Amino acid sequence: MYILTFTLILLAGAYLAGLVGSLTGLGGGVVIIPLLTLAFHIDMRYAIGAALVSSIATSSGSASAYVREGITNIRVGMFLEIATTIGAVTGALIAVYTPVNLVAILFGATLIFSAAMTLRKKHEDAESNGSPWAEKLKLNGSYPTKDGVVHYKLRNVGGGFSIMTLAGVLSGLLGIGSGALKVLAMDTAMRIPFRVSTTTSNFMVGVTAAASAVVYLQRGYIDPALAMPVIIGVLAGAFTGTKLLMRINPKKLRLIFSIAITLVALQMIYNGLQQKF
Amino acid sequence: MKQESKAIIDDKNIEIFIGRFLRLGTLVSCGVALVGGLLYLVSNGMQQMPDYGTFHGEEAGYTSLPGIIKGLSSGSAREIIQLGVCILIATPILRIVLSLISFMLEKDKMYVVITLIVLCIILTSMFGGLKV
Repeated sequence: MYILTFTLILLAGAYLAGLVGSLTGLGGGVVIIPLLTLAFHIDMRYAIGAALVSSIATSSGSASAYVREGITNIRVGMFLEIATTIGAVTGALIAVYTPVNLVAILFGATLIFSAAMTLRKKHEDAESNGSPWAEKLKLNGSYPTKDGVVHYKLRNVGGGFSIMTLAGVLSGLLGIGSGALKVLAMDTAMRIPFRVSTTTSNFMVGVTAAASAVVYLQRGYIDPALAMPVIIGVLAGAFTGTKLLMRINPKKLRLIFSIAITLVALQMIYNGLQQKF
Repeated sequence: MKQESKAIIDDKNIEIFIGRFLRLGTLVSCGVALVGGLLYLVSNGMQQMPDYGTFHGEEAGYTSLPGIIKGLSSGSAREIIQLGVCILIATPILRIVLSLISFMLEKDKMYVVITLIVLCIILTSMFGGLKV
């Protein structure tokens, strides 16, 4: 295949990844890694490098809009980034010693988990009694809604922090943003309202991915010819997605995409078990 | 509607500034990658796709900032793309620096420390010889 043809296919795939990612809340890596490894038989390590690049692009691109709306909780993000960056650097370091097929199996399992997470019922209400730690760390916040400003408090700071460390490790190991785990930590453990959890998770993904991307760049995982169409495609797709989001109801799309992802994930796990990577 | 804040700036201003900064970073990186990408496709587009099926790692030139800058001076298309990648990676890291400055201006000592911890972890992975 010519480089030009391959680049154009990858550009289209990355566009799709950015589009679906911004509509469903799943990161670009979810599409990029299976596309590169299953369709093009590209080594998992190059796929991880490309996926990290797409995670940073999506996060910075969409976070810029959310932050200005004042929904993102910057203090929660910064505090939990201690956990995710330690995790991400650790994950990127142990990746060298992890067999590629095991990485594929872990990735498949994470995909199924992420797909299930997008379908689950969300925690919408603001908590009125938080933990003393949340108070001490100034994590409680507020966000604007149609009906005025909503104040919320946080619980279980320790639990959220531990899940965030795990999210960081997976992000560093697999090259994904692990947004689903980040939302789980904030939404389920710390009881932060859903809109704040998703936007803050998105805001954090860039920093987590950048922490491990530095390690991967130095190790030669990031190939410019793969990264170029990924950056451009994902950003263009995410941009279109945020425009579309006003007009369509993403519920049905989320269901269809979750089923598709689960099928891809099963194939990744199967190939991993067959030692095909 | 002004919040009672004794600091020079409040959270809202910072949020708007950080938002603008993140957008600028992604756009610049995308632009640089696009320029490098077009150059790359013009000179290499009609060649056969390289073998990505086995991992051999990128050459030293693409894996360090001095290497990339050196390659830029020779006008290498792949190095220009890699500069775009570096700008993309640098954007969230510089965002932390911006947050640090804003917490300093707000005189929020606890969050200055928290932000410094995050920054140190990333800088350690950059310069700490973690190149296994």
